[in-house]
Amino acid sequence: MKRLLLAGVCAFAASLLATSSHAQGTVKIGVILPYSGQFADAATQMDDGIKLYLKQHGNKLGGKNVELIRKDTGGIAPPVAKRLAQELVTRDNVDILAGFALTPNALAAADVSAEAKKFMVDMNAATAIVTTKSPYMARTSLTVPQLIQTLGTWAEKHGLNKAYTMVTDYGPGIDAEGAFQKGFKEAGGDIVGSVRMAVQNPDFTAYVQRAKDLNPQGIFVMIPGGAQPGAFGKALAEVGINPKKTEVMGQLEIADEHALASMGDIALGIITAGHYDYNHHSKLNEEFVKAYNEDFKRNPDFFSIGAYDGMHLIDIALQKSGGKTDGESLIAAAKGASWESPRGPISIDPETRDIIQTVYIRKVEKVGGKLVNVEIASIPNVKDPVKAAMKK
Amino acid sequence: MALTEGTANPRLYLQAQTRWRPIEIAFWLATLLPYALFPDYLSLASQIAIAGLFALSLDLILGYAGIVSLGHAAFFGIGAYTAGLVSKYGWGEPLTGLAIAAVAAGLIGYATSFVICRFRHLALIMLTLGFGLLLEELANSAGWLTGGVDGLQGIHTWKLFGYLPFDLYGRTAYAYALAVLFVLFVFARRLIHSPFGLSLRGIRENFVRMPAIGAPSRAHIRTIYTIAAAMAGIAGALLAQTTETVSLESLGFERSAEVVVMLVLGGAGRLYGGLVGVIVYMVARDQFSGIEPQYWYFWIGVLLVGVVTFLPNGILGGAAKLMSRRSRS
Repeated sequence: MKRLLLAGVCAFAASLLATSSHAQGTVKIGVILPYSGQFADAATQMDDGIKLYLKQHGNKLGGKNVELIRKDTGGIAPPVAKRLAQELVTRDNVDILAGFALTPNALAAADVSAEAKKFMVDMNAATAIVTTKSPYMARTSLTVPQLIQTLGTWAEKHGLNKAYTMVTDYGPGIDAEGAFQKGFKEAGGDIVGSVRMAVQNPDFTAYVQRAKDLNPQGIFVMIPGGAQPGAFGKALAEVGINPKKTEVMGQLEIADEHALASMGDIALGIITAGHYDYNHHSKLNEEFVKAYNEDFKRNPDFFSIGAYDGMHLIDIALQKSGGKTDGESLIAAAKGASWESPRGPISIDPETRDIIQTVYIRKVEKVGGKLVNVEIASIPNVKDPVKAAMKK
Repeated sequence: MALTEGTANPRLYLQAQTRWRPIEIAFWLATLLPYALFPDYLSLASQIAIAGLFALSLDLILGYAGIVSLGHAAFFGIGAYTAGLVSKYGWGEPLTGLAIAAVAAGLIGYATSFVICRFRHLALIMLTLGFGLLLEELANSAGWLTGGVDGLQGIHTWKLFGYLPFDLYGRTAYAYALAVLFVLFVFARRLIHSPFGLSLRGIRENFVRMPAIGAPSRAHIRTIYTIAAAMAGIAGALLAQTTETVSLESLGFERSAEVVVMLVLGGAGRLYGGLVGVIVYMVARDQFSGIEPQYWYFWIGVLLVGVVTFLPNGILGGAAKLMSRRSRS
């Protein structure tokens, strides 16, 4: 016990030495991400987005030197996320809380942001309500309804009248089901059926067969990324649904780089709604993808762009606040901020502090022998529909 | 000396066991040190105290009665969700919240104990694991009540005794968690050093023979399982109240597995084993993950392999061996 205490004292003294160099003109940012565990890859992509922005700007935001303090939640763990946020604020004296790949963790840390009046940037967590938990929070990623409800509306206007929805039976899946059906029905479409599938589900054949029997013009699917899109593609092929005839629509994960690699040509024709893809055509994005590849040897994804733009927002806010780092000044400066991101023009809604951005409807096509998402429509300036509905 | 006396007269043996040793008093005084030495680490300290209480509750069934459980987080989670829900629907008073959570977890513990007491060893692992997973899936699908994957929202804990708010530094949280831990520890200590506690150890060693000497194994297991469930529920309620968050991970498999690891690390069947294991594990995790947020699991792995290789009975088991070797020579 004594030795343990001694070790504790030493560790504490060491941490004091490490944090005492709080120089003037330095802004401290606490980054909370699931660096270990099953969401580690998302955290890596986000961390790389942060690193790239800092590298391109000489490790300065708004003229101040940046000190990052990284903390690991190890997966979905709201009590840990909250404690880490508390410690970052009380022990490390950070000015800004950032990161947040997962909604439950972001919701827990938001309490600390609200209580300590610290500016918080949600760089990924995508459930609509997240930003309502702290008046000092802004989001630079997306909300699920922002993309999916827009997809539903677009599908009906595109000429589909009958659609079937199949989602995984978990939070994001249920949210997406509601958002798609709302968008589709409000535009005048008819949902002919829906199914919620088990989370651990290696075989989709039975579900896809049932969808086929109802003969809808379109199928909306929301499943977790990773191994499932590949299995889903296989089921489509086995049952004989051709995405070229029956429109298969989904969230961006079912047609991301890794999903397309595992699905192969069966993915041709799948339609997704997304706010970012590394194939987006713009000069800014081409430079971004190139720089990202140089440093990290892989393509950026929507995690990377959320974090990259999150740093951009902090940069803008610090410039506008004239170097003030308190929560009130920073959130006031962040409200209404707008800039050109590699994904297109984006801004922060002054009312909800949530992101306003272009939603792209993309179709999987073969370009130069490679499967890519080709933008077939774009809907500019989309706000989060859930918070817009709350206001009414 | 004490041992020969004890074997002659069981009453004297038990009395000798219940006496507070100086090292124990020193340990509990040391738990107050964070206020003076590490005032910035109080929220971590409060979560260590809560995990310590959880490990203690597992020790009662695993260390003393030999009931292997891989689903003990079920009760932790029931306590957490109960306290969270009570607070969400308008009653945020912490102490009564704890009591309600303890009753809820205890009732479910009592109900399941009728199944638990019929099985031993591997079958128990499967049973408790299955029960834990079922409950997690239930909480996931009952999103209208539990908030599903996003976690329960809208928990607000009132001030302790009406005037101590739960602050950002964790001062109140640590005092509160530590006080509850101490009270329940004293209770557990008394329980273990009672004839009932002694018969639990007998059940652990030989489940079939105990009834032959007049100790009903199954009834005893039901009792201790219910008590352990209520204690785990209180630990969960403490976490819910001090962090004002509850989510599915509070009753997930990982929490069940982690508490077994911490208990084994410290030494099962020794009351203080869980506490020491929790302190070592959580402090190590905090320090390693601070230095190396991506690969800290490696160092935790090294620590665990090291302890299990060199101290097969946990840290306290190793310490006890060292002490007895020294007193013999």
